[in-house]
Amino acid sequence: MYGNAYIDPNDPKNKLIAGEDPAKLQAFEETILAGKKIEPQDWMPVNYRKQLVRMIEQHAHSEIIGALPEGTWITRAPGFRRKLALMAKVQDEVGHAQLLYAAAETLGKSREDMINDLISGKSKYSNVFNYPAKTWADSAVIAWLIDAGAIVNQLANSKGSYGPYCRALERICYEESFHLKYGHDNVVHLATGTKKQRAMVQDALNRWWPPIMHFFGPSDKESVHTEILMRWKVKMASNDDMRQQFLDMYVPKIWDLGLTLPDKKLRKNPETKKWMYTEPDWDEFKRVINGDGPCNAERLAVRRMAEQRGRWVRKAIVNPKDSYVKPFA
Amino acid sequence: MKSLDPRIARAKIELDNPDFSLENQGHFPTYEVFHQKKRGAQHQHVGIVHAPNPEMAMLYAKEQYTRRGKTANLWVVASSEIFATEYFDEDMFENTPDKKHRDPTSYKVMDKIKAFKENQQNQ
Repeated sequence: MYGNAYIDPNDPKNKLIAGEDPAKLQAFEETILAGKKIEPQDWMPVNYRKQLVRMIEQHAHSEIIGALPEGTWITRAPGFRRKLALMAKVQDEVGHAQLLYAAAETLGKSREDMINDLISGKSKYSNVFNYPAKTWADSAVIAWLIDAGAIVNQLANSKGSYGPYCRALERICYEESFHLKYGHDNVVHLATGTKKQRAMVQDALNRWWPPIMHFFGPSDKESVHTEILMRWKVKMASNDDMRQQFLDMYVPKIWDLGLTLPDKKLRKNPETKKWMYTEPDWDEFKRVINGDGPCNAERLAVRRMAEQRGRWVRKAIVNPKDSYVKPFA
Repeated sequence: MKSLDPRIARAKIELDNPDFSLENQGHFPTYEVFHQKKRGAQHQHVGIVHAPNPEMAMLYAKEQYTRRGKTANLWVVASSEIFATEYFDEDMFENTPDKKHRDPTSYKVMDKIKAFKENQQNQ
């Protein structure tokens, strides 16, 4: 049978593979174990497909909604060069959403269903985008640290097992390296500037730190599904490991600029080499992700408006032979 | 706090409209995108787009794959038009890497030339 151990279908750990054909499942797992990618036409377990759709779709929604808090700063960006750079970044994010929707579509869910689930609130996106970007410094902190977090996550996932998702992520990571540099440049500019500029970036950092700590999600080491999802290379690193990696890479860079973080417990344990921190407020995380955040309603309203007003375009692209009718007057 | 989004603060769009949803348009065909950096260079495969027709595929490909660096030319090809090997036939290529005789680095003559020259000088 499968592997070298008896698999108890009643064990909650194995709920994800209940009802799957053991021979097909074995071939599938061997392909992944050999480091090969799974492609859309290949056989895959029901829950592999389900988890991937959920993950890629949420990722796509995060890109398209993530463009909104920063997008509002395009008209107010200080200087023409920054305006151009911010426009390019926001355009990239929307492009990334397109790449990801295309990857999710290969798993059988239509793009319209994904958009409908986003607008109705059924499908989630990264919680950080439910917070407002109050000042220019917020847009700098988002571009640097939220994108840095996204890169940690995406680099891990690009080594996953589903071909279309990996290919999309490789391109996304390549493009996001500019976002990270651009964001860092903006933060450094403010942090090394006047007293007022420093205060502004410190203020933004204080406000964004809790959402940044939420970014990788609650600790999932205990999750009964993590083991199988990791074996299937759907999940490539635990939420805690990614958070540790992020802290290790960016906290020293923040402290380097003489900026502080609003967590007195935050420090690296020299023995375990792990970061210690105050546990983020997961009740707030749950409350906000379920709709009760400062910007949830307006983010979805803007998305809905875009889809509503763009509906005619969707119709027109499938009917290229419809011709323009000259108005009478 | 007042919204910073002009669509909310100024255009005052509707915040809630639970009835809105998009009609399914079906899955658009997949097109493979090939990008050429400069005239004369090979076109490189860079990714895919989903589009209802080649014209739209080209438009999406241009937006998606030409935002960085130089572009001389772009191709979109319907994936269904591509005649490809099957992955289960992958074994037919298996011994290709063993064919070292096709590899220029497997021809090493310098040692022999050196020995030959030394030999001649000693004579």
